[in-house]
Amino acid sequence: MWQVLVEPFVLYGFMQRALAGATILAVSAAPIGVFLMFRRMSLAGDAMAHAILPGAAAGFLVSGLALLPMTIGGFVAGLVVALLAGLVSRLTAQREDTSLAAFYLISLALGVLLVSLRGSSVDLMHVLFGSVLALNNDALILIGGVASVSLVGLALIWRPLFAECLDPSFLGSVSRAGQPVHLAFLALVVLNLVGGFQALGTLMSVGLMMLPAAAARFWVRSLEAVTGLAIAIGIGACYLGLLVSYHLEVASGPAIILVAGAAYVVSLVLGRRGIVFSRTQPSRHRIA
Amino acid sequence: MSAAIRLDDLTLGYDGHPAVHHVSGSFAAGSLTAVVGPNGSGKSTLMKGITGTLKPLGGHILRNGAIAYLPQGAEIDKSFPATVSELVSLGLWPRRGAFGGLGAADRRQVSAALDAVGLDGFAHRPLDTLSGGQFQRALFARLLLMDAPIVLLDEPFAAVDEKTVHDLVALIARWHGEGRTVIAVLHDLGLVRRHFPQTLLLAREAIAWGSTPVALRPETLQRARAMPEAWDESAPWHDDTAAHGHAEANL
Repeated sequence: MWQVLVEPFVLYGFMQRALAGATILAVSAAPIGVFLMFRRMSLAGDAMAHAILPGAAAGFLVSGLALLPMTIGGFVAGLVVALLAGLVSRLTAQREDTSLAAFYLISLALGVLLVSLRGSSVDLMHVLFGSVLALNNDALILIGGVASVSLVGLALIWRPLFAECLDPSFLGSVSRAGQPVHLAFLALVVLNLVGGFQALGTLMSVGLMMLPAAAARFWVRSLEAVTGLAIAIGIGACYLGLLVSYHLEVASGPAIILVAGAAYVVSLVLGRRGIVFSRTQPSRHRIA
Repeated sequence: MSAAIRLDDLTLGYDGHPAVHHVSGSFAAGSLTAVVGPNGSGKSTLMKGITGTLKPLGGHILRNGAIAYLPQGAEIDKSFPATVSELVSLGLWPRRGAFGGLGAADRRQVSAALDAVGLDGFAHRPLDTLSGGQFQRALFARLLLMDAPIVLLDEPFAAVDEKTVHDLVALIARWHGEGRTVIAVLHDLGLVRRHFPQTLLLAREAIAWGSTPVALRPETLQRARAMPEAWDESAPWHDDTAAHGHAEANL
């Protein structure tokens, strides 16, 4: 038992760092995913992940596979796309989801083009899908910093964000906080994706954001409970995913996301608000 | 009497097409006014103009005090995991802001507001378990907490049962008694005649505006119904020199 469940993390430093990095990411990204889900922006996270690419690619062009330039580039690119999408929806009748789709597609194509200018397809795979087993200490420090900023930032905007999710037009009528809070939230989304891309890649890092949130919602109701459970599911997925990857010798990033995906499917079927339970509700009822 | 809200040659609309056309007049402080008119007559547009969410195409709006506004069919996501008391306590936002915590006194106010609308015991219920009437009561509780001198209600009784209408009308009467200015968009003329001393009859322009029995006469209602629901794509742009049907008629 010990050999299967714990030993890999004791024997190998790269497994320890992978577990530490992925766990911190899960703690940081899952609450963001919960809010994305409740704001009906689940796919916006995915779009933003694509949007990060040209920035990371520009960093890659300038200095190769170096952590900081790619991270800063990715953050700037993601933020620019988020801002442009928001701006278009405010200045025109086009909704934000449409403009976001338009800009992320432009962004994605630009990113792939930039990477192909210099790198090989191996480099491209690295940027797109990350390598959690290759996290060095600098990457861990970056992930830790991202998570700290993200958690503190989310705590600061929690109440206005809550109000903005619940009744945006009311918040707009009593306060000017709505727009800045929305932008701050988008910045946190981008920040988490950028933090995740070294480990899981730009595309996979959305998985650690959305899947735990989507799974948790099948079990509990309140925002706090969904958030807490999503974090727990995220951490569990990182641990189990790394174990699976180690023992079955499969790629670790996808393994983590697949375990989170399995948690989602199990919750979907067996959760308290999932398919089976809501179909087999007893027909008993209270008198009032 | 001083005006709580004054409209000065106000034109509101979308894409340059007027939905409210050259309306002037005022809602006196402490008055209780019903805004009635056919669909598409600009009632909701006027509410959005008064709250400031829609910028005028022409003219001015003068507001004398904070406004509590209940939009038509409020776009609240009922599947969002919030409780009734969390929704209602948003009404404290103008006073507490984004970061001020809610103290014991605030919690008492929230629960008093819930009592006042007949929702005692509902504080911790999730929103998606409320009926339409209960939800509307919760929104009234939120308005109550806002404690604003001006209250705007856009079709507050749409899809609400008689008992709820009765209770909420009593709440409106209480606001009126407290000296607040209340403006409500309504369709039930009987209800308007019974409970609202003042009426603005709107059909893009103000057909009649004054005491309810005078405003809601057969001939004024007839004129309101005759309003063309025209959205003329090729209507000439209005400028002060161009010929412009009703502006001349007003001369």
